[in-house]
Amino acid sequence: MTQLILYNVFNGLIVGAFYALMALGLSLILNLSGVINFAHGGFLAVGAYLAFALIPYLGFWGALVISPLLTALFGLVIERLLIRRLYGRDPLYSLLLTFGLAFMLEDGTRFIWGPQTLPFSIPDSLSSPLSSSFFFLTGYRLFMVLLVTAAVIALFLILSYTRLGVRIRAGTLDLETVSVLGVNVRILRSLNFGLGIYLAGLAGVLAAGMLGLQPTIGSDLIMPSFVAIIIGGLGSLPGTLVGGLLIGVASGVVTVWFPSASEAMIYVMMGLVLLVRPRGLFGEEGRF
Amino acid sequence: MKDGPQDYPKYVGAAVIWLALLSMPFWINRVGGYTQLGTEVLVMALAATALNFLLGFTGVLSFGHAAYFGLGVYGAGLTIKYLLPSTLAGMAVGVLTAVVAAAIIGLLIVHLRGIYFAMVTIAFGQVFYFIAFRWNNVTGGDDGLSNWSRQPIDFGFARLDILHSPVTFYYFVLFFFAVAVAIMAALLRSPFGRTLLAIRENERRTRFLGVPVDRHIWLSWLISCTFVGLAGTLYALLNNFADPHTLYWEQSGVFVIMAVLGGMRSFWGPLIGAAIYVVLQDYVSTMTQNWMSFIGLFFVLVVLFFPRGVLGIIRRKVVP
Amino acid sequence: MFKHVASRPVQRRTVLKAGLALGAMQVASPFVVKALADEPVKIGLNDPLTGTYAQLGKNEQIGCQLAVDEINKKGGILGRKVELISEDSTSSDTGVAVQKGHKLIDRDKVNFLLGNVNSAMAVALGDLASQAGVLHIVTGGHTDAVTGTDCHWNVFRVCNTTRMETEAVGKTLIDKYGKKWYFITPDYAFGHTLQQGFEATLKKYSGTEVGASLTPLGATDYSSYLIKAQAANPNVIIFLTAGQDAVNSLKQAVQFGLNKKYHIAGAQQELEVLEGLPPSARIGTWVFEWYWKQPNVPHIKEFVADIRKRNGGKVPTARHWFGYVSVWTCAHAAAGTKSLDGHKMAKFLQNWKLPPEIALMPNEPFYRKGDNQLMPTLYVGHAQEHGKDDPEDLFVVDQEVKGVDAALPVAETGCKMKWPA
Repeated sequence: MTQLILYNVFNGLIVGAFYALMALGLSLILNLSGVINFAHGGFLAVGAYLAFALIPYLGFWGALVISPLLTALFGLVIERLLIRRLYGRDPLYSLLLTFGLAFMLEDGTRFIWGPQTLPFSIPDSLSSPLSSSFFFLTGYRLFMVLLVTAAVIALFLILSYTRLGVRIRAGTLDLETVSVLGVNVRILRSLNFGLGIYLAGLAGVLAAGMLGLQPTIGSDLIMPSFVAIIIGGLGSLPGTLVGGLLIGVASGVVTVWFPSASEAMIYVMMGLVLLVRPRGLFGEEGRF
Repeated sequence: MKDGPQDYPKYVGAAVIWLALLSMPFWINRVGGYTQLGTEVLVMALAATALNFLLGFTGVLSFGHAAYFGLGVYGAGLTIKYLLPSTLAGMAVGVLTAVVAAAIIGLLIVHLRGIYFAMVTIAFGQVFYFIAFRWNNVTGGDDGLSNWSRQPIDFGFARLDILHSPVTFYYFVLFFFAVAVAIMAALLRSPFGRTLLAIRENERRTRFLGVPVDRHIWLSWLISCTFVGLAGTLYALLNNFADPHTLYWEQSGVFVIMAVLGGMRSFWGPLIGAAIYVVLQDYVSTMTQNWMSFIGLFFVLVVLFFPRGVLGIIRRKVVP
Repeated sequence: MFKHVASRPVQRRTVLKAGLALGAMQVASPFVVKALADEPVKIGLNDPLTGTYAQLGKNEQIGCQLAVDEINKKGGILGRKVELISEDSTSSDTGVAVQKGHKLIDRDKVNFLLGNVNSAMAVALGDLASQAGVLHIVTGGHTDAVTGTDCHWNVFRVCNTTRMETEAVGKTLIDKYGKKWYFITPDYAFGHTLQQGFEATLKKYSGTEVGASLTPLGATDYSSYLIKAQAANPNVIIFLTAGQDAVNSLKQAVQFGLNKKYHIAGAQQELEVLEGLPPSARIGTWVFEWYWKQPNVPHIKEFVADIRKRNGGKVPTARHWFGYVSVWTCAHAAAGTKSLDGHKMAKFLQNWKLPPEIALMPNEPFYRKGDNQLMPTLYVGHAQEHGKDDPEDLFVVDQEVKGVDAALPVAETGCKMKWPA
């Protein structure tokens, strides 16, 4: 029994890392621009399908590098055309617009690539389990955790040490002042949006390796990411990371005893956090 | 707030709407519709109007109203299937379930604002979705709750056969729609309603005036959820089926777009929005498999070009 | 064969009757100007075209359309043109499916209703159709209730019951791979009835169920369930997941190397799923409901070629066949009774055998009297990466099982058929 729980804790961390990757992108955009991006799952699907289309030419590794970049580029175009018009307006409108956008992205991928599940293969070097007792720790999943770790470290380095990152953080705290100080807020928000979509694209390539590649691939992943953000606290990226890992572990452990409650569990956790600490684990006081 | 000549267009509008609703079964087939579609418009319009009580007249955005809609659906379905084969009893239980859940959750979240409030309502709504989706023995899980149907209503002196006559059922729904809408309209005209408007316009100032803002928002939330729950019970009766999808967060989004599309600052806006949305979706999804793109594009266009909704635009033209 | 039936001289009587009816209608209502003979016979297809089951629904639609085109080429139904009206039921929103059912029956006044891939929707539509007295053919919803506890006189089903699928493969699994089974079961009627079927097999051959995980429809991560399965140490892990769930669960099981330790098997498997899996994950023992590569079956080559033209060059799957058989059943029922009356046609179809150009399988499949369930041939076999000389050949048939041998007797299905007076 202890072994089973231990396995699930460990496995939960792996799953949670994936949620966190998705949630970090959402969180970045939400913090700076106040836009909840319902279409994040759609962008994830775009990243996955682009990777599928690129693999014949570039191989898996090439697609892993290029596809998220293309997705980010696509995100920048969408930002320029649609999302930009939402800044400063009632959050209602950003919810509705990205909701509609999510519909269009899902249907668009279906229109281009068809409704059928596409076979997405990962390199043999990654696909085998590393040990027979820890069979759930495959090369691919270990790689995924390492990649998420690397992405998170890179993200925090960018935010802490580059000019762009410092401006994004400053903008999150007080956009008006940043603007007065001569920073072009428009470009800042665009780049920030692109960065968030890049993470979604990356998550998409990784997801396609684990899941069947279908137009609906991203739609079930968005809600756990939301919960991760709320538990971690709005405005806090480390909070989002911790939130993602927490819900992964929690739903894994609950599966041991009460599998049918494993999805509801993460929402119950969120309710508890809201009761005890309404701003979330790492959220700043009075921001929302 | 005396009525004056400037209010006449409003009365004319209301008269036209009621006339259209009352006569719907007589013309809907001629224009390519069918009675059930008309009934669905009414049910969705009730849900959207109820949502708009909170959104348009209190200024609080809930993206989780599907939960209370779905509680109405399951409350009615489970009651009729397992407890008591009575339409009205089912409706009563459905509405009550929604009210109790809304009252408790309202207390937890009522101090939150803006986008945070929206996210939390979504997330709490998902709890109910997963209960309906996974608690198979009771709710039927993903298969939904079937093998039950709305029951004819016996008044002793007369019998209302809402089961076999779609037209009778339409008027049955219209009756509840009218009562619910009348109550909401009366509430909005009362001092309580005026306070809600004040909160919407400037919460801080209202608070300084000594108004217990959180309690008002809680009440508005509760009223809104009650009528959404009522709409849910009617939806269950319409399909003779309860389905976890009615609790899913996407359904909440659909209610919001209906309100915005029609015009969320107008009392009748959500009705217009619901009619446009339901008919459009019905029509487009028959025309093309790629209806999701069209509906999605429609959302985008509404947000970009008609944020005030249909009635918002008309009103600006009529009363400059 | 159909052509032969339709051109018998008796048809004149139908035409006369139609003419009379038309005359009466014109007296009664001056608005009806169109002659009835010009009105097409309408077949309504209510199937998912978006969401998880989009591909299955789409393939059934292609099969239906092929049959409709063939029928029209041969003179239509009762001399009238046939029209297929498709409505997207969505994959999960039964409210929409019911609404679309109302639309097809009440507004479009369809003569036949077909669908649905989703079992819950199939049941709901069956209720609706029986209230309206419209002949309803369930194309691809497998849960037992459709021709069991929820059966109706007017509801026929082409695809198998889940029980037939487990019966067909159960003994092979026990004999070849062992008696300790672990179930990965999707948590809805389809999965539940499959598991019950296999549990009956286990009981019969005194095997043991070492555990079961109920997984939600649309689950993405199966690792925690697979961890439990591994801890139970079975001989066989039974995957009852379907569609996208099957792809996700099998893909992850193979990544974890579980196929090297345990035998992977299940009941229903579809070509759509195998096509969506990476080649290394095309493994296991399964039941196919129809397969395109049956060298000795007549007419199958033409069918494969015709579907290829409409299916982006790909071979037909069982779903294409379901749609094709359903529409042709409608045509034959109308021709056989010379009417579009639901009651007469339902009577006609009792124990009616599919002619070989439609059956496309051995053993003369027929609609069993008593529960209206088609008794086709089931194909037990195993998946393969790809055929030796044919990259599209993903399944090897090891054994053909007759439907009547796999199905429960009518008395045990729970179906109590009530015919209208």
